[in-house]
Amino acid sequence: MQLTLEFGGGLELLCDSVKIHNVSIDPENGVGKLIMKDLLSWVRTNLIKERPEMFMKGDTVRPGVLVLVNDCDWELSGQLDTTLEEKDVVVFISTLHGG
Amino acid sequence: MASSTTESSRILHEIETLKSAKSDLERRISALESQLHGLNHPHNNGVCIASSTSPSAFPHGLSPDMIYRYSRHLLLPSFGVQGQLRLSKSSILVVGAGGLGSPALLYLAASGVGRLGIVDHDVVELNNMHRQIIHTEAYIGRSKVESAAATCRLINSTVEIVEHKEALRTSNALEIFSKYDIIVDATDNAPSRYMISDCCVVLGKPLVSGAALGLEGQLTVYNYNGGPCYRCLFPTPPPTTACQRCADSGVLGVVPGIIGCLQALEAIKVSSAVGEPLSGRMLLFDALAARIRIVKIRGRSLQCEVCGENSKFKAAQFQEFDYEKFTQSPLSTSPLRLKLLEPNSRISTKEYGDRLRNGESHVLVDVRPEHHFKIVALPNSLNIPLASLDGRLEEVVSALKEEEHKQSSESSGADVQLYVVCRRGNDSQRAVKYLQEKGFPSAKDIIGGLEGWAHEVDPTFPSY
Repeated sequence: MQLTLEFGGGLELLCDSVKIHNVSIDPENGVGKLIMKDLLSWVRTNLIKERPEMFMKGDTVRPGVLVLVNDCDWELSGQLDTTLEEKDVVVFISTLHGG
Repeated sequence: MASSTTESSRILHEIETLKSAKSDLERRISALESQLHGLNHPHNNGVCIASSTSPSAFPHGLSPDMIYRYSRHLLLPSFGVQGQLRLSKSSILVVGAGGLGSPALLYLAASGVGRLGIVDHDVVELNNMHRQIIHTEAYIGRSKVESAAATCRLINSTVEIVEHKEALRTSNALEIFSKYDIIVDATDNAPSRYMISDCCVVLGKPLVSGAALGLEGQLTVYNYNGGPCYRCLFPTPPPTTACQRCADSGVLGVVPGIIGCLQALEAIKVSSAVGEPLSGRMLLFDALAARIRIVKIRGRSLQCEVCGENSKFKAAQFQEFDYEKFTQSPLSTSPLRLKLLEPNSRISTKEYGDRLRNGESHVLVDVRPEHHFKIVALPNSLNIPLASLDGRLEEVVSALKEEEHKQSSESSGADVQLYVVCRRGNDSQRAVKYLQEKGFPSAKDIIGGLEGWAHEVDPTFPSY
């Protein structure tokens, strides 16, 4: 499955300062379905190069990280259970506090 | 040849004469215009031309001066007289007169908001000037609120500017916020953001929230039209290590400028009831990639501890809430001062200065990131950023050996010392702790770092 993953708000620093990653992921659960929970663990294993605790806490993203699936808050699509589809764009963005 | 010289000097002379006549005419025109304006002015004591053509204020309530000043607003069919009137009757509070607050305040004052409040406790510093464009050099060292208010008054003397020269706390926030219709969050830290959002929920005020860091910005409107509050989106505060400050991570001046302008725009839209405010949506700005993304965010959460259905969070709870404890970070922007080490593992900047002068044999490791090291560094220091220290211990070993070798040829005797320095003296303590564990028991941290050095030893050493 082809996906575009984007990191922002400083999260890109955890993956070699690369903001946009075009990736291909094969769903492993046999039913050919990929959900956000699977994607998070894939990202943690394959893209996060340092300080994984700055990206995840438990089995979800750490507090202060917004997850957007096709420009839409993942809270609206089922969070960890959101089913991903071919060519989806998933954005991970850390909230900023500066001014 | 001679005649052409005469001719050109004649032409030049004529141009000068005409220019002078032109500027004289312009002066007379503008004097007449202002005279005419004075005649039409509502506060003009009785000297008024035919009231049938020029009443002091038209039925809609805009004075002739307002009509002229805001004419370009009035010409917008979707904004018009109605929008301007609403704006002129509204009050907006901007919390923070920094990088976001500067442009927000400039535009809000210029646009003719009725009352404009400014909260800040800070003073203007030279390293603010590249982004905090409301302040001028003359105000360095003086209150940001005074400086911002003065500029706003210069731009629009008809707006009521209210100065709140104090830090926003749970003890004063309710009282200050209650005097305004709309709140603009232009602060720079996590506890303030939670405190401002909670206070807006308690008082039922819309909140225009902006943030900027590095080359990115974020913007949304909270607590408005069924949209979420800050806590609906971020119920749990982020770890303190995820809360970077402009003073540590840097910020391109124009980036908060853009977000601050957008904050002014959203505040104007909300107060004039024009357009679709950015509620339930968030704008994400990536300056480097030149991209703006507007995303849909969750609505108000029924389970939200502050704005949810069964929330018991009211004024009393707000006043007792400890935002610094909740977010594990201070409300003021003062930098962290760690104390990780025993006194015998540290030396003062003065002490280091003395040892340097006495020619003590030592290695100085500077653990700041490379781009910091490039700004300024102490002579003969070795740059090994803290993040890469564990992979570069060999370099420390060989630097010490080299120094030992030099020393033995000079045959003085004492051990080669190892000192660690950073910008403010926090990372250097972390590094010394690590070095001591890795077989460098005598490693010492220079207290206060390069900032301390500039302060206490060498005032000509640049600060940043």
